[in-house]
Amino acid sequence: MLSILETIDWSPLFISLKTGAVATILAFFLGIGAARGIMKLNNTAKAVLDGILTLPLVLPPTVAGFFLLLIFSLRRPFGKFLLTEFDIKMVQTWPGCVIAAFVIAFPLMYRNARAAFEQVDVNIIYAGRTLGMTERRIFWKVVVPVAGPGLASGTVLAFARAIGEYGATSMLAGNILGKTRTVSVAIASEVASGNWDTAAFWVCVIVIISFLIVAFINGISGKKIKNVNRWI
Amino acid sequence: MALEVRIKRQFPGFCLDVEFACDHSCMGILGASGCGKSMTLKCIAGIVSPDEGRIALDGKVFFDSEKKINLSPQERNIGYLFQNYALFPTMSVEENLECVLKGKKEEKKRRVREQIQTFHLEGLEKQLPAQLSGGQQQRAALARMLITNPRMIMLDEPFSALDGYLKDVLQHEVQEILKRFPGEVLVVSHSRDELYKFSRELTIIHQGKSLLTGDTKEIFLNPGYVEAARLTGCKNISRAERRGDYEIYASDWKMHLVTEKPVTEDIRYVGIRGHYIEPLQQRTKENCMEIEVCDCVDAPFEYHYIVRNTEGGECIWWLMAKKDGIRPSPYISLPKEELMLLK
Repeated sequence: MLSILETIDWSPLFISLKTGAVATILAFFLGIGAARGIMKLNNTAKAVLDGILTLPLVLPPTVAGFFLLLIFSLRRPFGKFLLTEFDIKMVQTWPGCVIAAFVIAFPLMYRNARAAFEQVDVNIIYAGRTLGMTERRIFWKVVVPVAGPGLASGTVLAFARAIGEYGATSMLAGNILGKTRTVSVAIASEVASGNWDTAAFWVCVIVIISFLIVAFINGISGKKIKNVNRWI
Repeated sequence: MALEVRIKRQFPGFCLDVEFACDHSCMGILGASGCGKSMTLKCIAGIVSPDEGRIALDGKVFFDSEKKINLSPQERNIGYLFQNYALFPTMSVEENLECVLKGKKEEKKRRVREQIQTFHLEGLEKQLPAQLSGGQQQRAALARMLITNPRMIMLDEPFSALDGYLKDVLQHEVQEILKRFPGEVLVVSHSRDELYKFSRELTIIHQGKSLLTGDTKEIFLNPGYVEAARLTGCKNISRAERRGDYEIYASDWKMHLVTEKPVTEDIRYVGIRGHYIEPLQQRTKENCMEIEVCDCVDAPFEYHYIVRNTEGGECIWWLMAKKDGIRPSPYISLPKEELMLLK
C-alpha cells in the first residue's frame, strides 16, 4: 500500500487545491455582490434571479457542463471569439476547471451570503448612516463582520464543493494529467482503468480534506451568536 | 423657525401625514404604538423618504418634494438614538465610538477617551455591546451619537427597554445630558410620564396624523381632542351632548354637568382625570353622582375604584391616594373646573 506513495503523481491534488482556491475567491466576491444586488430588487425580479443563480446547486453538474460547452466550445461563436480576439481557451484547459468549479460552487456562497446579510439588524445600518459613515464603510466595517460567520461558512462550503467538482469539470476541462486532472476526475479514471489502489488513495485524500472542512465549519458556527437562546 | 416638518407618505394600509414645527427646545412626540412616531423620525433622519412635503432645520432644507431636494442621512447630521440602541455588535465600546469619527488616529483616540470619561464608561472600553447592561448600552449609544456633534438629536422610545428603578435614574441622567445639548431634541414615546418630564413642547400623533402641537403642560391641562385626552392618560371620557352655554349631558355616565368653560358647538366628549374626582358624603355640590363600587384595584400608592352611577352607565375610574381614606364615599363630584371639554 505504501509503495503507492512513491509512485504517485501528486499533480491532481495541487490542481484540485489551486482550482478550488481560485474558484472560491471568484465565488466569494461575486457571491457577496450578487447577494447585495438581489436584496435591493423587487420581489418578482428577486424570485426569478434567485432561481437562476441557485439552479447550479440543484441541477446535475453535467447540465452545467452542457451549458458551459454550449458557451465556450471552440466550434461555437463565443468560444471562437474568445480564442481569436483574446487567445483565451476554456475547453480542455485549466481555466476551464476553474470556470466549471466556480459555476457549481457559486450558489453556495451566494445563498449563504444572502442569508447572512438578511440576518443583519437593519437599525445598525441606519445608525451608521445617521452617524455620517459612508455606505462603503458601513458595509465593510459593520455589515460584513456581523455577517462574518455566515460568509465564512459559505466560503468554506464553496471551497469544499469546488475541490470536489467532477461532472462539469470533466465535460469542459477534460482529463489531461498534469493540466486538468483533478482528484475527483482522477478517481473516476483510475477506477475505469482498474487501478483500485490509486483510486482508493485519492478517495482517502478527498475524505480527509472534506472532513477537515466540515469540522472547521462546525467550529465557526458553534460560536456564531452569543446571548441568544437557541433551539436545541 | 428651527425645525420644520411637513411630510406625507403612503404605506400599504397606512398613511403618514405629520406636520409640526419646533423652536430650539425639546419636543416630545406622543402616540400609541404603531401610530407612525418612529416613521416620522426616520423621515426626518433621511432613512425613509416621504412622498411629499418639506423638512428643514435652521433654514437648511433636508427634503423638499417640490424643489426635488432630498439629502442623504449622512449629509443631514442628525443624531438618532434607536430604540434598541443599534450599537455595532462586533465592535467594543471604544471601537463603536472611534469608527464614526474622521481624521487622524491620535486625534480620534483623544476624543474617544474624552467622551468615555464624560459618559462614565471607564472600564467598559473593551467590552462588546452584548456584555453591557441596558443602561450602559444606552450611555454608550448616547456617547456615540453625540461624538459626531449632531445639529439636532432624536430619541426613539429611549426608556422603553429599561426596568423601573433604572428607568428613573437614567431619565434623570439623560435629562442632564440633554440640557447641555444646544440644538433641538425630539423625543418619541408612548409614555405620557416620560414626555411630561422631558419635553417643553408636545406633538400628538394619532393613526399617522399629527393632531395638535403645543406646550406640554398646557396640553395635559386641556387636551382639546378626545384622542389627545386618552394619550395623556385620561381614563374617564364620556360622549357629551350640549345643553347650554355652560351645560352638557354626559350620556355614558347618565348625568348632567355644568362646566366652567363655555361649551362650543363642536364639543362631542367630556373627560375628567381620575385624581380630580372628589368624594362626597351627601348631595351638597353640583356635578354630583350617587355611585356603586364595581371593583377596587390596589395600586402601590393609591386605590383605583371602578365606580358606576347608580342610575347605570359606563364605569368611571376614581383614583384616591391611600392617605385620603380607605372607604369610598356614597357620592362623588366631578369638579367643574377639572372637566375637559373635547372635540
